[in-house]
Amino acid sequence: MIGQALNRVDGPLKVGGRAAYAYEHWEAGQPLYGFIAGATIGKGRITKIDIARAERSPGVRLVLTHRNAPEQNAPDFSITSQYSRAFPVLNGPEIHYYGEPVALVVAETFEQARAAARLVDVEYAAEAGHYDFAARQNNAYAPKKVNAGLPTDSAVGDFDAGFAGAAVKVDQRYSTPYYFSQAMEPHAAMAVWNGDDLTIYVTDQILAEGRTCVASTLRIDLQRVHLISPYIGGGFGSKLGLHHEAILAALAAREVKQPVKVAMTRQQIFHLVGPRPTTSQRVRLGAGKDGRLVAIGHDVTMYTNPEWEYAEQTAATTRSLYAAPNRLTRHRLTPLDRQRGEDVRAPGEAPGLLAVESAMDELAYALGIDPVELRIRNEPARDPERDVPFSDRRLVECLREGARRFGWEERPVSPASRRDGRWLVGYGMAAAIRMHFQGTAKVRVRIGRDGIAVVQSDMTDLGTGTYTILTQVAADALGLPIERVRIEIGKSDFPESSGSGGSWGAANSSIALHRACKALREKIEHSAGEPGDLEAEGEVAGMWKEPAYQAYSIHTYGAHFAEVGVDADTAEIRLRRMLGVFAVGRALNAKTTRSQLIGGMTWGVSAALHEEAVVDTRTGAFVNRDLAEYLVPVNADIPDLDAIVLDGFDDKANVLGAKGLGELGICGAGAAVANAVFNATGVRVRDFPITLDKVLPGLPLAEA
Amino acid sequence: MAVSSNDVKMKSAGIGIALTVNGRAHRLELDPRTSLLDALRELLHLTGAKKGCDHGQCGACTVLVNGRRINSCLTLAVMHEDDDIVTIEGLGKPEALHPLQAAFVERDAFQCGYCTPGQICSAIGMLAEARAGWPSHATVDVAAEGTTLTGAEIRERMSGNICRCAAYPNIVAAIRDIVEGVHR
Amino acid sequence: MRPFTYERATDPRAAVAAVSRTGAKFISGGTNLLDLMKLDIEQPSHLVDISRLPLKNIEELPEGGIRIGAQAANSDVAADRRVRTRYPVLSEALVAGASGQLRNMASIGGNLLQRTRCPYFYDTAAACNKRVPGSGCAALDGFNRVHAILGASDACIAVHPSDMAVAMTALEAEIELLGDQGARRVAIDDFYRLPGDTPHIETVLQPGEMITGVILPAPPPGRQGYRKVRDRASYAFALVSVAAVVAAERGTITAARVAFGGVAHKPWRSVEAERILTGQPATMANFRAAAEAAMAQAVGRGHNDFKIELAKRTLCRSLAQLAGELRRQL
Ligand SMILES: Cc1cc2nc3c(=O)[nH]c(=O)nc-3n(C[C@H](O)[C@H](O)[C@H](O)COP(=O)(O)OP(=O)(O)OC[C@H]3O[C@@H](n4cnc5c(N)ncnc54)[C@H](O)[C@@H]3O)c2cc1C
Ligand code: SF4
Ligand code: FES
Ligand code: FES
Repeated sequence: MIGQALNRVDGPLKVGGRAAYAYEHWEAGQPLYGFIAGATIGKGRITKIDIARAERSPGVRLVLTHRNAPEQNAPDFSITSQYSRAFPVLNGPEIHYYGEPVALVVAETFEQARAAARLVDVEYAAEAGHYDFAARQNNAYAPKKVNAGLPTDSAVGDFDAGFAGAAVKVDQRYSTPYYFSQAMEPHAAMAVWNGDDLTIYVTDQILAEGRTCVASTLRIDLQRVHLISPYIGGGFGSKLGLHHEAILAALAAREVKQPVKVAMTRQQIFHLVGPRPTTSQRVRLGAGKDGRLVAIGHDVTMYTNPEWEYAEQTAATTRSLYAAPNRLTRHRLTPLDRQRGEDVRAPGEAPGLLAVESAMDELAYALGIDPVELRIRNEPARDPERDVPFSDRRLVECLREGARRFGWEERPVSPASRRDGRWLVGYGMAAAIRMHFQGTAKVRVRIGRDGIAVVQSDMTDLGTGTYTILTQVAADALGLPIERVRIEIGKSDFPESSGSGGSWGAANSSIALHRACKALREKIEHSAGEPGDLEAEGEVAGMWKEPAYQAYSIHTYGAHFAEVGVDADTAEIRLRRMLGVFAVGRALNAKTTRSQLIGGMTWGVSAALHEEAVVDTRTGAFVNRDLAEYLVPVNADIPDLDAIVLDGFDDKANVLGAKGLGELGICGAGAAVANAVFNATGVRVRDFPITLDKVLPGLPLAEA
Repeated sequence: MAVSSNDVKMKSAGIGIALTVNGRAHRLELDPRTSLLDALRELLHLTGAKKGCDHGQCGACTVLVNGRRINSCLTLAVMHEDDDIVTIEGLGKPEALHPLQAAFVERDAFQCGYCTPGQICSAIGMLAEARAGWPSHATVDVAAEGTTLTGAEIRERMSGNICRCAAYPNIVAAIRDIVEGVHR
Repeated sequence: MRPFTYERATDPRAAVAAVSRTGAKFISGGTNLLDLMKLDIEQPSHLVDISRLPLKNIEELPEGGIRIGAQAANSDVAADRRVRTRYPVLSEALVAGASGQLRNMASIGGNLLQRTRCPYFYDTAAACNKRVPGSGCAALDGFNRVHAILGASDACIAVHPSDMAVAMTALEAEIELLGDQGARRVAIDDFYRLPGDTPHIETVLQPGEMITGVILPAPPPGRQGYRKVRDRASYAFALVSVAAVVAAERGTITAARVAFGGVAHKPWRSVEAERILTGQPATMANFRAAAEAAMAQAVGRGHNDFKIELAKRTLCRSLAQLAGELRRQL
């Protein structure tokens, strides 16, 4: 059962339009509607706020501002995970970032609330804020740690000497813009108070952290908070934590003694949910004439909110990707007056590999070596920085298999050498790597007299396929047909997991479930002859407690191959085809695995070609804050794209041999596309995204 | 054609209209500002049509009005008196799926499912447009007769529905299955 | 969105009478008006729904042209046999715009009158002379990648976003209007205004006037084509577009029409380019000369500088393609 291409068990509900997302629950009765009014300055303070017009507006039941909002706890910055900290809203007249909520208007209908939100009159004393990342580079500092508790810097050997002595060098700067997850379901919450108990229907990837955040913000008992998030309309990191809408809904619902629901508008998401930090990266590669690297250096600067420090692990995979005796990685942060940065699918790896895998292509070109061959020549035998063995490194296999299937040998070897009508055609490739994480999880399984196994956990399914793979794991471990397995997840009252994020949810919860099922089977055997309700729990510990994670370097790998066409006159860039080959240990479901990977690859394509949230450095606002201007790919952008998964089993990772893969697809994918653009045109763009205006000046004029 | 009737009154009622949704007639009293999407979701609790952007920029709210696909977020409910509206809930039920819904499940043409009702309604409208011979931006010669739904044609015609999970290749495969009669 | 009252018009004259109320506006497909009302950019207090008016037909005119009713859906016009065969540039422009769903909703009248996509126009916290006359223009020193390179003023550098109107400009369409003073017709090039000091006045439409139809004269001789350049493959506004009509005899251009989209406050007819092309051999050198002439007055504002070269190349490409097709025809 495990690994089979089982259709999603929640599929019929979703295609039938019957899966209820956060804003779509009616069991608590008719809610009131909340609408957020946001600050129109990037830094300063509210000097006057007049809610009289809003309050008089038809249907309005409550206008919350910093003047009447209940006191909330301040965040405790000693808590490592930002999503577990208190998240107070409307807690003072100070404005820290553009769009920060200044009021919540609650009314009987959505239209009334939205109209009245416009009538909240606010005057500000604006202060000069820092919004321009490029201009503030000199203020960068070194954080104590980067995301996932990884070290800020690393050094092996003598980078400076190694690089100085290298026969061939690449020393380039790359920049990546602010990227947003922009899941299709906007951030939304409905809060319902029942005495002292607070239930929030919410769209949240990690319910345990969300619950902690709510309880500590509102200063209430953790046990009184119940989060319900059965279906999530995509998250990609943007729903690891709760945001203003959940806290505001809870505050307002308590005030008006009625359920209140609040959704962010698409435009508000650009200011209230954290972007992937914009980065400036310097990559230095030094190699011998044979292509063997002698020095790898990766320096990253990115923005951070001054209070809510957030550092993507942009250079972390550089530490494991290629062999080289002399190595250096560094992360630095530039504080800006902007909302906190947050995790966006493959935090760090995605922008980091855009730069490093572009640089590897530059090196291959400088050396005149096939980019695939260059990577194979730099394959390390052990993790080059941790000096431990790899658990299951299959990068070379991915490279070879991908090259073969894609027809890499057919590639145009020199740039700007192939044409198909008006299209300049180029091939590009890049490696993919991502660290595998393991977090704690508990799962309960219960079997009733009816012979139905019910699995319970506060795990979530944001489209990743949790319902389906847990069904498969339980059916497998208990020897039941899948119809006799029922998965109940998405409720914070169920046994605690680490949720979905960092690609670890599937493995964590599957292993815990596998153990729970084993325990249940033992109970069933012991209770032979006595049918009745039996239950058991299974658990998995965090990687920091698992010896295998200390003894081995545990990653997933892949190789991307892309063919692009660049219009010879206009420089419009269009993907023509793309293939990824991946090694992820054991895939728990062949269908959902492929879907995750092609989804990630598509993100890579648009990170390379489309996506960029542009800041107006005068105000701190994101200028292109909607889906007509912040361009994510549409169907026509993705003509022919496929992912192949190598059969595998990583016995060091866990008993099921499975590793996370939801983010692997994006890792390196953008660089493959960028390298293909170079191959097509001979124009190397290092400031992402590669839009036509950056390529156009490098294209010769058409002849007759 | 209405099979039964249902009265719903909004708190801030303004205008009374008759709306036929999935074959059922409704009398609605509503604020004229209410979009068709909000009327479906908030008044009739037909939450299959999704709000992804509320500005015509994503396609999640796609429903069929008199057989044509439209973005229900950019039209007022009051403008649809007597129109025949079909939402995802009217196409098929989880236990009795429309062939295209079944094809979406089979092809894993979604992940989170949030864009999915819009994709499916859009595809149904799109297939009718193609049958009627409408050209698209992918059509080489707009003057030519007839439409062959190549991959490029399907992709272009489905480009008004954003899928951030990026199930695009699978969406195209599911639609192709219908075009080629794999699912009946 | 501000509260408003709503009425459905039953005939064009009644609609014109109904919209004479202060604060009244027509609503047709609603795809632009509601977009802007939700953001408080448009604030009508009364809506006159003209979507069901009997103005949906496409009729043949005696002189060989056609008349398209203002309420015809963009998708119906694009799919109309006569439009596809005789005015393919219009069909191509329509299907290059928006999405299938939006084209089913959007009317011809509404498409002509859709407002700019300038992001500062969309941001009520930003200065914008078009939205609030006299407040300034945040785009001048802001992010102006999508803005105008021709015909702009220091009051406004916005572009008109329509694809359809660019094709209609190349086809020398006339806009048919109905007001309380009666009916009139305006050439499309005169219909739109440049921003000057009054960017909030975008057309010569008088208050209360309604577009009832568009008249396309008999198709000009030659091949027609619409080429749209955009950042993603579909469902995006034009960075630059070109509608062109080229006729040639034995390699010499006998007549040409050229209009650009995405470059100005209105669809930009380039008589300069047309003049250079007419009577000349269909060569890349002449196409380039026409493109240079078309862009002679172009001014970039920083982020949009690339549009000047892009517009030139897009025109050359369109002309080369049309000339190639002409050659194949011979
Ligand atoms: C996400 C998105 C993408 C888009 N992409 C493109 C694109 O790529 N290319 C493109 O060209 N367009 C694009 N559009 C714009 C779309 O074409 C217009 O919104 C549409 O054509 C407007 O027509 P409507 O009937 O909906 O107008 P409405 O919104 O109903 O009306 C627009 C304006 O015209 C007035 N009006 C309407 N009809 C008349 C009439 N007969 N007489 C007088 N006044 C009238 C209204 O009062 C209103 O002020 C896009 C729109 C969206 C939302
Ligand atoms: S360019 Fe025109 S529309 Fe844009 S901000 Fe300036 S005045 Fe307003
Ligand atoms: S919600 Fe209607 S198009 Fe996005
Ligand atoms: S399935 Fe998630 S957005 Fe399409």
